[in-house]
Order: sequence, then structure tokens, then C-alpha cells
Amino acid sequence: MSTTPTTSTDAALTAGVPTPPRRPGDRIFSGAATAAGIGILVLLAGVAIFLLQEAWPAIKAAPEDIPGGTGLVDFIAPLAFGTVLGAVIAIVLAVPMAVAVALFITDYAPRRIANTLSYVIDLLAAVPSIVYGLWGIAVLGPAALGIQTWLADHLGFLPFFAGPVSTTGRTMLVVGVVLAVMILPIITAVTREVFARTPRIHREGALALGATRWEMIRMTVLPFGRSAVISASMLGLGRALGETMAVAIILSVSGVVTFNLISSTNPSTIAANIALDFPESSGLDVNALIASGLALFAITLVVNMAARAVITRNEDASR
Amino acid sequence: MAEPTERSQEYMDSTEKLDRGATAPTKEGPDVTDSVATSVDVQTVLPHEGRESVATVAKRIEITDLNLYYGSFHAVKSVNMTIQPNKVTALIGSSGCGKSTFLRSLNRMHELVPGGRVDGAVIIDGQDIYASNVDPVAVRRQVGMVFQSPNPFPTMSIYENVVAGLLLNSRKTKKPALDEIVERSLRGANLWNEVKDRLDRPGGGLSGGQQQRLCIARATAVEPEVLLMDEPCSALDPVATLAIEDLIQQLKANYTIVIVTHNMQQASRASDVTGFFNLEQSGTPGQLVELDTTETIFSNPANKATEDYVTGRFG
Repeated sequence: MSTTPTTSTDAALTAGVPTPPRRPGDRIFSGAATAAGIGILVLLAGVAIFLLQEAWPAIKAAPEDIPGGTGLVDFIAPLAFGTVLGAVIAIVLAVPMAVAVALFITDYAPRRIANTLSYVIDLLAAVPSIVYGLWGIAVLGPAALGIQTWLADHLGFLPFFAGPVSTTGRTMLVVGVVLAVMILPIITAVTREVFARTPRIHREGALALGATRWEMIRMTVLPFGRSAVISASMLGLGRALGETMAVAIILSVSGVVTFNLISSTNPSTIAANIALDFPESSGLDVNALIASGLALFAITLVVNMAARAVITRNEDASR
Repeated sequence: MAEPTERSQEYMDSTEKLDRGATAPTKEGPDVTDSVATSVDVQTVLPHEGRESVATVAKRIEITDLNLYYGSFHAVKSVNMTIQPNKVTALIGSSGCGKSTFLRSLNRMHELVPGGRVDGAVIIDGQDIYASNVDPVAVRRQVGMVFQSPNPFPTMSIYENVVAGLLLNSRKTKKPALDEIVERSLRGANLWNEVKDRLDRPGGGLSGGQQQRLCIARATAVEPEVLLMDEPCSALDPVATLAIEDLIQQLKANYTIVIVTHNMQQASRASDVTGFFNLEQSGTPGQLVELDTTETIFSNPANKATEDYVTGRFG
């Protein structure tokens, strides 16, 4: 029974038919695409290997040799805490704002204002982070002093606003706000694009049922854009986690772990700490800093994988 | 063009006599508003009540001198017609002649298009829906719409799709009442038996014809007075199309139905009254050329253009 197909296959093989001809253009393009795909993996692996290699001495070292004198975990933990804290403040402030701005552009603003506004927001993304840092330290910090005092007076029972208020305004809260402004454009741009692609037939379906504009948005635009909002937030979170200069120049740091956002003692962030300390470090201190960089790498990796998982789940749910 | 308009007028008069409600057309103006406001209130209460009330809901639509524009483009010119309650009115005509635009002006969807502008009066149950004190959201609750391609909300289950309209505008309906409405609406759309075991599954998982019937159930769940259908079968196969046409025949007992179609057989099978839209040449506004019983339009139309169109000889 199995003989017939076998012989026919053999015959085909001997005749040399099986592979269709491949055009040179096809071959070149597929080669280039494959090379690029492999290249990015090699690059990522290279970075990971470099970090591990350079961090290894610090991981192996005795606790008293690490800066701070109590071990690598104690060295990195406050920095990682500060990194995540600043980024979370930024996300909490930026995402609702970005979604609101995106909805204003796609659904509420007259077309000309919408176009101008989206252009201006795209421009915001092009401002170098050092400029945001300078703005934070020179303008926002002093300007936010009054607000921070108010927060301490009225919401002082919350651990976040326990005070005493920093007199310089160079606090974690200001850093969070600056980071929020920095990541606002990218989140807005991505969500706006997707909101605008909500099928017209779904928008009209909701309106024809007698939905108000806000109800239409809630029924169609937001569900349609949900995974985009999540992935845009993660893009923003990634940028906020890694942001160096703005944090380095604004924050007056003291290496503590505290949820108090408005006092003069603030945790630093991993990236800012590397930027500030690296030039004056040598020997094992450098390895310790690189180990903190490895921790940052791990944090961003986890954040991105979590985002991917959330998006996949949402896509399954919407099917 | 004088002749067809005259005929439409004539037709209006003759059908008015037949109309059992015999509600005299009220176009007098301000004093009408009060009585209408109350009738709208009655409507908003209706979904919470029994199904017996449904039959009285269908309403007559009177359109006077309606002109529709897209920016500076004049899309539809001076339509005058009366749409009878509990009848199916089909609108036919070649693409771009303005019949869909006209349909969308009956529930104030036309003005959602950038530049969309309406001039004239559409009077439903004595109330001009374009009067300055009328909320378009309220109009769309009274005048339901079914679209060209099925558009159930993709993130909602079948159940949620049906009740979507009921939960709008901060209305509270109790769960048992909702269950009852869902079953009634899905039965009304001839879909209940097919989906009763999977009401929690996404509406997008149904076949095209089922999705369109789900959209009809969704539109009827809020118990509108009028049901507009914009080529509801153009994305469906012949079997699903027949199912929808049967459904339309059942629905006219409760609703005033206006259907736009490119399918001549569909118009002749499913409608009682047919209106033919045409434009003199491209770039000129579309007009209602002839309005008459479907039988007359397809057997003995008064206008040459209508005859050419329904017999397949164009231009």
C-alpha cells in the first residue's frame, strides 16, 4: 500500500522537480531580513553577557567591599526602589492624561485644533531629556513648592505626603511629574493612532443605539484601544525606568527607601546613580554599578514581558 | 420633474386615508412640542413594561422639503414624502443617488459626518426631529438603525450586545427584566434558538447572518418607533438574506421600517411601498423621483427613469 507513494516521491526527487526556482531578489531580501532578526538577538545576548560578566566580581565580592559596606543587595535595593517609584508616579500621572488627550484629539477637538495639537505633542517627544531636567529643577521644582506644602498640610496623613517638605522642591514627586511629561507624548501618540482606527461602523452602531459621545467612546473606542493603551504605557514605563539625566540633575539623593515623595531625603534611581557615580568609581565599585545596571535590565525585561502577557490575554478575550 | 412629485403627493393623500391611526399631520409649530415631550417620556418608560405596548409604538414619518449637504455639495434635494407606520418602505436607486444619506438623516446620523448639514423638517409623531430643542441622542433612541455590514460590538458577549442600548444614558434595569428583554429581542430576531446556550460568547463569533440578526435584536431591544436598515443584506448570502427578509415581514407589525437596498428582488419581495431615488447626472443632487406601492413601482411606474431602473435598463 505504501509502495506507490514512495516510488512516486522517489521519481520526483530523481527528476529534480521539488524546489521551485528562487528569484535573486527574494533570496537577497530574505537573507537581509534573517540577518537583521538574528543580529538583534545577538546584540541583546551580547549586552546581557557583558552585564553578567562585569557584574560577576561584585556578585562574588564580600559584603564589606561593596559601596555602603553591607552587600550588593543593600546597595541595589534602594536604587531599584527609587527607579520603580519614580516610574510608577510617572505612569500614574501620564496614562490618564495621555488617554484623555488622545480622546480629545480623535473625538472632541475640531479637526484643525486636533492636527495642531497632535503635531505639538509629537514635538514634545523630540525635546532632549536634559532640557526636561533643567526645566524641572529651574521651573517646576520651585513652582511646585506651594503645592507640595499644601499636600503635606492637607494630605499629610498619607505616607506619600508626610513631609517635612523639601525647601528646594527637588523631590521624588517633581521627578515623577517631569518623567510623566517626558513619556506623555509617546503614550499619547500610540493611543491616538489606535483610537482613530476604531472602525467607524462600531462608532456609528453605538451612536445609532442612542449612545452619547462618551458612552460611544466607552463602548467602542476604549475597548478597541485597550491593548494599545497597555503597550503604550509599557513603552512609557520603559523610558521612565531608564531615564537618567532628568532624574540625576533634579533629585537630591540620600539612598533611603521611603514612600515620602516630598521630603528632602529621596532614593536615587539606578540610571541616575550610575551616571553620577561612574566617573569617580574604580575597581569593584564599577562592578557594583554594572550589577545595578543588570538589575535595571532585568526590571525592564520583566515589565515588557508582563505587558506582552497582558496584551495577549486581552486579545484572546476580545475574540 | 414636476410630475413625479405630484404623484408622490397623490400617493401620500391616498394612503393617509387608509391609515388606521388617522392622526392628522401636525405641523403647526410650537404648541406641538408639549404633547411630543410627553410622548418621548412614555417611550423612555416603555422598555420596562410588557410587550403588549410594543404594537402601538410604530410612528408615521413626514418629511417636508428635506435638503442634505456634505459641506458645499448638495447631496439630496427637496424630498417630500410620508412614511407609513407598520409598513416596509424600500428606497431604491443607483449608488451615489443619496438614498443612504437620506436614510441617515432620519435618525440624525447624517450630521455626524464632517460637513454634514440638514435643511428641512423630518416630523415623527408630530415632532420635528431637527427642531432646535431636540436632543439627537433621544432621536436615535426612537429611531433604530441596522447597518450595511453586521457590527456587533466585538468586545461584548451576545447578551451584552442585546442589552447595550438598554444600559445607556444611566438607565437601571433589573437583571430579570434584562433577561426577559434579551430573550424577547432574540426571539423577535429569530436568533434565540441558535444562541440561547451561548449568550456569554462574543457576538463576533457568530456567522454573518446571525450577527446581522443580533444587530436587529440589539436595535429592537430598546423598542424604537422606527427601524432604519441600510442595505442590511448586502454582506450576506442568499439563505441569510431570506431569513432577514422574513424577519422584516414580522417586524413590521411593530415598527415603521425603512430599508435601503440595491437588490430589486428584495425591494419587491419585502416592501409595501417603494421610493426611487435618482440624480439627473453625476454631480447633481439626488432626488426622490417616485414613491408608490411596491406593486405599482415594479409593474407600472409613472416615471420613465423608474421603469428603466427597475427593469434593468439604466440611463
